[in-house]
This record gives sequence, structure tokens and C-alpha cells, in this order.
Amino acid sequence: MSAETNTVESAAAATAAEGERRLNMIEAINEALDIMLARDPDVIVMGEDVGYFGGVFRATAGLQAKYGKTRVFDTPISECGIIGVAVGMGAYGLRPVPEIQFADYIYPGLDQLISEAARLRYRSAGDYTAPLTVRSPFGGGIFGGQTHSQSPEALFTHVAGLKTVIPSTPYDAKGLLIAAIEDNDPVIFFEPKRIYNGPFSGYYDQPVAPWKTHPDSLVPEGYYRIPLGSARVVREGEAFTVLAYGTMVHVAEAVCRAKGVDAEIIDLRTLVPLDIKTIEASIAKTGRCLIVHEATRTSGFGAELAALVAERCFYHLEAPIVRVTGFDTPYPHSLEWAYFPGPVRIGEAIDTLLKD
Amino acid sequence: MAEPRSPGERAPAKPNRPALALHVPEPKYRPGDKVDFSHLEIPPAGAQPRPDESVHPSAIHDLAFGLIRVLGEDHHAHGPWNPRLDPETLRTMLGHMALVRAFDERMFRGQRQGKTSFYMKCTGEEATSVATAMALASDDMVFPSYRQQGILIARGYPLIDMINQIYSNRADKLKGRQLPIMYSSRAHSFFSISGNLATQCPQAVGWAMASAMRGDSRIAASWVGEGSTAEGDFHAACTFAAVYNAPVILNVINNQWAISSFSGFAGAERTTFAARGLGYGIAALRVDGNDALACYAAAAWAAARARGNHGPTIIEYFTYRAEGHSTSDDPSAYRSAQEREEWPLGDPINRLKQHLIAIGEWDEERHAAMDLACAEKVKATTKEAEKNGILGHGLHHPFHTMFEDVYEELPWHLQEQAEQAIRERIAKFGSERPFG
Repeated sequence: MSAETNTVESAAAATAAEGERRLNMIEAINEALDIMLARDPDVIVMGEDVGYFGGVFRATAGLQAKYGKTRVFDTPISECGIIGVAVGMGAYGLRPVPEIQFADYIYPGLDQLISEAARLRYRSAGDYTAPLTVRSPFGGGIFGGQTHSQSPEALFTHVAGLKTVIPSTPYDAKGLLIAAIEDNDPVIFFEPKRIYNGPFSGYYDQPVAPWKTHPDSLVPEGYYRIPLGSARVVREGEAFTVLAYGTMVHVAEAVCRAKGVDAEIIDLRTLVPLDIKTIEASIAKTGRCLIVHEATRTSGFGAELAALVAERCFYHLEAPIVRVTGFDTPYPHSLEWAYFPGPVRIGEAIDTLLKD
Repeated sequence: MAEPRSPGERAPAKPNRPALALHVPEPKYRPGDKVDFSHLEIPPAGAQPRPDESVHPSAIHDLAFGLIRVLGEDHHAHGPWNPRLDPETLRTMLGHMALVRAFDERMFRGQRQGKTSFYMKCTGEEATSVATAMALASDDMVFPSYRQQGILIARGYPLIDMINQIYSNRADKLKGRQLPIMYSSRAHSFFSISGNLATQCPQAVGWAMASAMRGDSRIAASWVGEGSTAEGDFHAACTFAAVYNAPVILNVINNQWAISSFSGFAGAERTTFAARGLGYGIAALRVDGNDALACYAAAAWAAARARGNHGPTIIEYFTYRAEGHSTSDDPSAYRSAQEREEWPLGDPINRLKQHLIAIGEWDEERHAAMDLACAEKVKATTKEAEKNGILGHGLHHPFHTMFEDVYEELPWHLQEQAEQAIRERIAKFGSERPFG
């Protein structure tokens, strides 16, 4: 499935040359919401500051004016309430797309996500479902301090019944968000806010290129979807496999380019359900595996990836699996770049991986 | 005041500043104590005014502190809250409540006999679900807690489906996945019971908001225990209900006890639970929960208010949990057994029965016959359900169903785990038995 999807995507990107439209990730997300609000009267968008103002990152700009305030509206500052009412709306038959303003704020809503949304289909034997898509900006690199920088994806991949999706490009953000909204299971949709406006390379002391210079900012108009559970091979290579998602896809890509190594870079795009076939095929080819995520290390999603690769690809491995992650500390404000798994940390890991 | 030597340092002790003391609530009566409820203010039936359903919440503060009562000591209905139900409806109400009690008796015994793992009775609280449910339309959406079996019975949910669920057997509509009594029935507009507390409150508000968005006419109602009003979810529900003027009824069943914690641990020493609504600007009623007519009248008032787009209502039902929290606790270990006997608001079934007798629409013989019929019905249905199996005796759903409904479609990792589970069964039994 993933191979076909990749082909379709490349074709889409290639044919957009005439009258091409380049969007940044915010615009792509806004367009996905716009399309789904127009296509499906059951879709509603709600969250703190998402209505008249259009969201603190502008992801919902213009949507209230277009669809009215009973379909796009502000909520009280209560993540428990936002997710709780979304579950009730889902039971009614709506398809809510709540926004949690920062992933760091999602914790008051965890009981409603973990005990309610995730288990509703199971506990009611399909009588009720929770077709919500919870959008939330996540990740650091914006001097957000410890409360505007976290990457809590592993808390959600650990929960049976939730799907976790993380795009890394405007093209993917639009197609994945449409697929997430159409999905009948609850989806956590984490948006890497560091790359809302450009594909950050991790070289924080260098200027960031805007999305318009990146091929995946070519976003076709109208409806398209990228199926959940399909990874994207960003770059084919022979030397080793990089498993990454979100911002770290671009950082890993830049570091590999700078080091001149022939890496195969896989953007997972969906953590649950995971595209294990694409991972297995790549490791079988390269025999080496580097896992990169920004989240803290211990019990991070990288641990799951490392275990899966060890269990399923052990006899293809020519070197120990290497993880590059954030440190097991809160995200520090002034020392943000010391925390961030940037080019130095990734570069060292590549050297280790290729040593033997 | 002497300055500390450096900023932030503790100042020297001040003899004229009193020592602080932490208050930890303690119930009035513990096991063996003599019980006296004379401190409870019980106004006479009929004493509370009944405002128009469109009233502004600020105009009815007193109703959050009083006690709406209809059935008096004389067993007659009094005052403006008398719902004036016809005798046939009253007999139906009585019949539902009697069936709930008979059902509870049998299921509790079934748990003690090892037929299932767990059960929860609602003895003494039957009116708060039966009468309240009867005041709603049958398609109004209910988000119950775990002690509202009366709603299902009032809505005609088949007893056998309840028992199959309690036994977690092969006919259990929830496929043996839920703890006993955590029912779900979309067909009866009855939401899936969670078991996590108060989560249903914001969900009911969200359902009601959706109904209002769509210009529907159906309203939502949730039930929560007084102990669980301490959860953040309850307060989130109140905020959203007030902000969006949601057509919802937030029922609080104040049965005095949350397992072994008395209502003081949810704040009852300071104010009433109905009064929680006042800070949010939500209409609030406090009702005699053992008076089925008062329960019905309050719910009907709140339903009319919600349906008229006048907004949400919090109703506190002041009642008493006559039995343990569940089959897993022994109430004699933490409260006085005299409480049940001394409870000043009586028993809801007996009060409705006496009312029907007082108005000449019922008698002891008919009541005894009804009780017998309820017991026989429950007994016969139980026997029928047992043909589908009891917990732990093999007649459960096919093995593979354990992995279904986690997601709409089975992902690869669950497919692999399902295969592993089947290998384990074959290793143990030599074959994958269809129901074992």
C-alpha cells in the first residue's frame, strides 16, 4: 500500500508544475479543514481561540466566517471539557475536530481520550464510536519553554484504540488530516509547529528555508487523502535506514546530506497503525537502523521502533540499533538547542552506526 | 511585625498568631453508633414554590437549598410540584421500581453464588432513575453512571439482555468486555457506561450541544454520584453547559456515601450539591430522592426548560444508599447499620405504594401479587439467561472477538496478537474450541 501511495504522491507533486500552488503547513491544514467542513455537515471545529480569531497559529483562520459559529467555535479553557463534549458529539453522530492549543496542554483531557474515546467502540461492542480528530501543535524549537515544546506522542501510541498521526510536509498534512477526519476511530493529529512555516533543518544558526522552496509544498487544490498507516520513503539509500517523523525528518535529511551518507530516510507519518512492511523492507536492504525523535528518550516511541526492528529484522542487522532523541529532561528554555537532537547528536550517531 | 533575617526565611513564631488546624471531615456515625437524623432539615411536602421553567437561575436560589417534596406524611400529593400523574402511570412507575428491586436482589445473590464477578444494587434509589427516566421522552439521550439500571427497565430494555451482560456470557451484547452492569444500548438512547467517574457529564453536554446545533428536539441527561461531583469532569460539564446554554439535565444522586467516604468528602459539610449550579448560573433544584413524584416533577421541569431553549438544570436527589456500594464492600465496616432504619425520607417504593393505596388505586393484595410476579419474572429470565452461560464457565464469545472493535479495522499488530492468542489456546486445549 505504501509503495503505491508514494508513486501517486510523486506523480501529484510532479504534475503540479503548471499553475502550481505552494502552501506552508498551516495553509495546508487550514485547507484540509475547509474541505472537510464543506464536504461533511457532521464535521465541526472547536477549541480555544479557534473561532473568530482563527487559532493562535492561524490554522482555523477564516473558517468561522465561512461556516458559521455553530460549526467553528471557541471553547472554554478546559481540555477535559473539550474532549469530553467531543465524545458526546461523536455519540450524537457528529465528527468533531477539536484543537488542543498546544500538545503540552492536552493532559487534562487524557482521561476522556484514554478511558473514553479510545475504548468506546470496544466497550460498547460497536454500539458507539468516537470519530474525533484531535489536532494539536507539538514539538519544540520555537523557544516555547517546557510548556509549549513537548512531544508526548508515546503517551498516545501506548493506548489501544487511538491512532497517532504526525505529518512532516504541507502535502502530507493536508492528505493525512483529511484521512484522519474521515477515519471512524479517534485520531491524535500532532502538528510539528517548528515546521509550520518552513522545513527546519536543525541547523538553528542558519536561516530556515521557507516551504515554497520544498517540493512537498506543492499542494493540489481540492480533496485528496493519504491513507493512515502508510509511511513515505523520503530518500532511498543503501548505507542505513533512518526512521523519523515530523520535524526530525527534515533534520535527519539535512544531516545526511551534509555528511554525504547514502541513507534511506523513512517518514513514518502514522505511528499507530505503523507501516511495518516499509520498515522491514528497508532494514533488510540496509542492515542498519537509526531512529530519531525529539521526544524524551526513556519509553519514547523510539523504544518501540527499536524493539520491533530487533524482533523482526535481527538477522539483517549489521550493527546495533541507534536511537537519537531529546534528553530525559523537561524542555529547557534558554538551553533549547542543547536539548534538541540536532546535527551534532545525529552526526555522532551516524558515525557510531557506520563504524563497523 | 519583625522582619525575617533574609527574604523568604520563616519569621519567628508569633504568640498572638493562632496555630492553623486542618479539618478532615468525619461522618456523624460509625459502626455501632446510635443514629439521630434530627439535624436534617426536612421541609413539609408541598412547601416549595414551582417557578416557570424559563426562570432565570438567580431567581430560584432557595430551591438549591430547600427540598422539593410532593408526597406527605399522609401519603397524599401536595403543592405545586405535584405532577398529577394518572393512576395507571403511577402503577407503571411502581411496577418498574419493584422490578428493579427484585432484579437487584436476584443478581446480588447470583454474584454470591459465583455466577458473576460483581454487582451493584440501587436499593433505596430506585425513584432517582425510574421516575426521572419516565419524565423524559424515550428518545432523549441518557448518560448514566453505574447505578441507573432503573432507566433501562423503565425504557423496556429486555431483562435477559441485562442478565447476559452481567454473566458476560455468549449472548452478552457487549461481547463479555465490560464489568457487569456497565450496560450500553444505542437503541434505547442509553450511553455506554464507563466505570470511570463523571466522564459522562461533559459527554452529555456535548451530545446536547450537538442536538442544539442540529435544531433537533431531543435533550440529554447525565447521572453522577455526589462523591464524583468532585471530579474535574463534572465542573467542565457545568462550564460548558452554562456557556452554550446546553439542553441538558445534570442529575446528582446524593446517596450520602461514596463507597466508604461520606458526602462530606465531596463538600457536603459546606453547601448542597444543587448549589454547585449557582456559581455557574445553572438552574438548580434539590429534591427528595425517595419521593418518586418529586423526582418525576423535577426532571419534567428541567426537561421542559431544556426543550424550551432555556438552558441546563442541575438536580440534586437527596437519598440514601441503603446497601453497600457493590458486592465488593461491607458497609457495616464503615457506617452505622442504624442509618438505613432511621433515614427520615423513608423508602421510595413503599412511599409510592402507600400513595396509591391512599388514593384508592392500589391495595396490599395487588402489591404482594406484583412483588411475586416480579420475582417470578426475574427468576425465569435468569434461568433462561443461564443457558447462555455464566461467567467463567466457558460459554463466552468466540475468542477472536477479544481483538475486534479496538479499531474499526484490525491492524497488523492486533492480527499478530490474535494469532498468538489462538496458538496459546491450541497449546492448552489441543484445539481452538469455538466457545472456549
